[in-house]
Amino acid sequence: MADARIQLPPAAKRGENFEVKIAIRHAMETGYRVDDVGKPIPRNVIRELTCKYNGAEVLKVDMSSGFAANPLLQFWLVAQDAGDISFEWSDDLGKKYAEKATLSVA
Amino acid sequence: MNIRKPLLASPARRTLLAGAGAFAAAHGLPALAQATFNPKELPSIPAMDEFLAGRKVQFVRMQLDLPRVADNGNSVPMKLGVLGATAPGAVQSIHLFSEKNPVPRMAVFHFPATTSRFDIESRVRLAGTQRVVAIATLADGTLCAKVAEVLVAIAACLDGS
Amino acid sequence: MRAPALLLLCAAAVVACAALAQTPVAAPAAAPLAAPIPAPPGMPTKRVIPLDQLKSGLAYTGDEVRAQQADDFGNPGMLWVERGEKIWNTADGTSGKSCASCHGDAKQGMKGVSVRYPAIDPATHRLQNIEARINASRVNDQKAAAFTLESEDMLAITAFINMQSRGQPIHVATDGEARAHFERGRAFYYTRRGQMNMSCATCHEQSFGKRLFAETLSQGQPNDFPIYRLEWQTMGSLHRRFRACLYGVRAELQPVGSQDFLDLELFLAWRAEGLKGEAPGVRR
Repeated sequence: MADARIQLPPAAKRGENFEVKIAIRHAMETGYRVDDVGKPIPRNVIRELTCKYNGAEVLKVDMSSGFAANPLLQFWLVAQDAGDISFEWSDDLGKKYAEKATLSVA
Repeated sequence: MNIRKPLLASPARRTLLAGAGAFAAAHGLPALAQATFNPKELPSIPAMDEFLAGRKVQFVRMQLDLPRVADNGNSVPMKLGVLGATAPGAVQSIHLFSEKNPVPRMAVFHFPATTSRFDIESRVRLAGTQRVVAIATLADGTLCAKVAEVLVAIAACLDGS
Repeated sequence: MRAPALLLLCAAAVVACAALAQTPVAAPAAAPLAAPIPAPPGMPTKRVIPLDQLKSGLAYTGDEVRAQQADDFGNPGMLWVERGEKIWNTADGTSGKSCASCHGDAKQGMKGVSVRYPAIDPATHRLQNIEARINASRVNDQKAAAFTLESEDMLAITAFINMQSRGQPIHVATDGEARAHFERGRAFYYTRRGQMNMSCATCHEQSFGKRLFAETLSQGQPNDFPIYRLEWQTMGSLHRRFRACLYGVRAELQPVGSQDFLDLELFLAWRAEGLKGEAPGVRR
């Protein structure tokens, strides 16, 4: 089941900046909370998120518990060829996630 | 608190309730202070000092938009940008540091040489009223910094649901 | 002494059953309703907030929260909606059916549905909220396991279904079999409880619009649940919100899905008559 939503413009113009949005469903558990019976909830935070555009890295973010739960990220890329905008991220539990969207270039 | 497991009153709740009053008393909403900080002065954050390693910052060009008063510290909308940075590779990275969070190095955004617009929007967690610092490292090594102060409101009602 | 009496009773029961079996339209007995809640002194018996003055809780939140809810990408609740849409279209249970197998396109079929709940289930004569209705479909039609209340899947499917009623006015039936539930819900609403000795009405009918620390008290309307609450850092149901309020006034908590909460939900829906659906909501 997908754990993220990606939003791209319907069509980007070659050579121009376009905005990329990604929202990820992740608790970004700080490790400082306890459950109802007082048991600590283990820390589980996304550590690193990378974005690739047709295979080339275009953004890397070192993340921490300083990001809100279900993190949202919006940034800009320069449109070149049509293709994949792909994301990878991993958390403290060692789980790896990937999600991608297809960019059209006018 | 986690809702999933009990959903029922549990013995631990009693002790929590006892502590709740004291917590509320200690965390009353601070008065809506005027700008109490010097925007040209970096707060003391060891993780930031380590990153700077003695290098000086300039309080120009860096943009860091955070609300003056945040509704809830769990999710505070934030915008970053670097004025006048429009050339590919103009900015190498943006570091974000927190004065009060348990993890002071909140985020680092690394840009490759192809990026030409460095506006970032996200939502951050702020553990209480504090200053946040954004520092952009430009291609020539110049460090541009911006300090913002956020007053984090405490929820009116305690919630142990 | 006892044994013969019991035997007699059993015999009588068998005779009664036989008689029932021959009755062509044997309506199943109504589910037992929890004991009535005594009306607290001075309980209003009419609508307190006039219909033209009803306001969604959104009106009482801050700008940041309003902006988050207004943006269908930035609204974190949409992550659950998207998951709910997948659940809607995915076959589950031994029937091999999905929600869509029977209900088709949710945009058509579910429009205006959630705003009619809670409602009496004609099959069981019990009061059902949308969560209970979903689970009835899962168990009876899909032959799948019920979703645990407040689970990610339950929140996802309710967020998806309730979103189809955006802009649709709330209207619930409070007559007939629903009446006793409505009366219980109203009595619960106006009963003072907890260490703070407050009723729901203390904040949400007598004080809405007033400041409480950094927040503004709302009318306590149910029209955009489930909500993404910044305090919870996740999605939660109306019943979880009830628990949060009970906790706030230091009253005894009840589990989500309790009879009291269901009845309260019915009263709140009546109280919100005409208010339009806004799910998924965002709150501080």
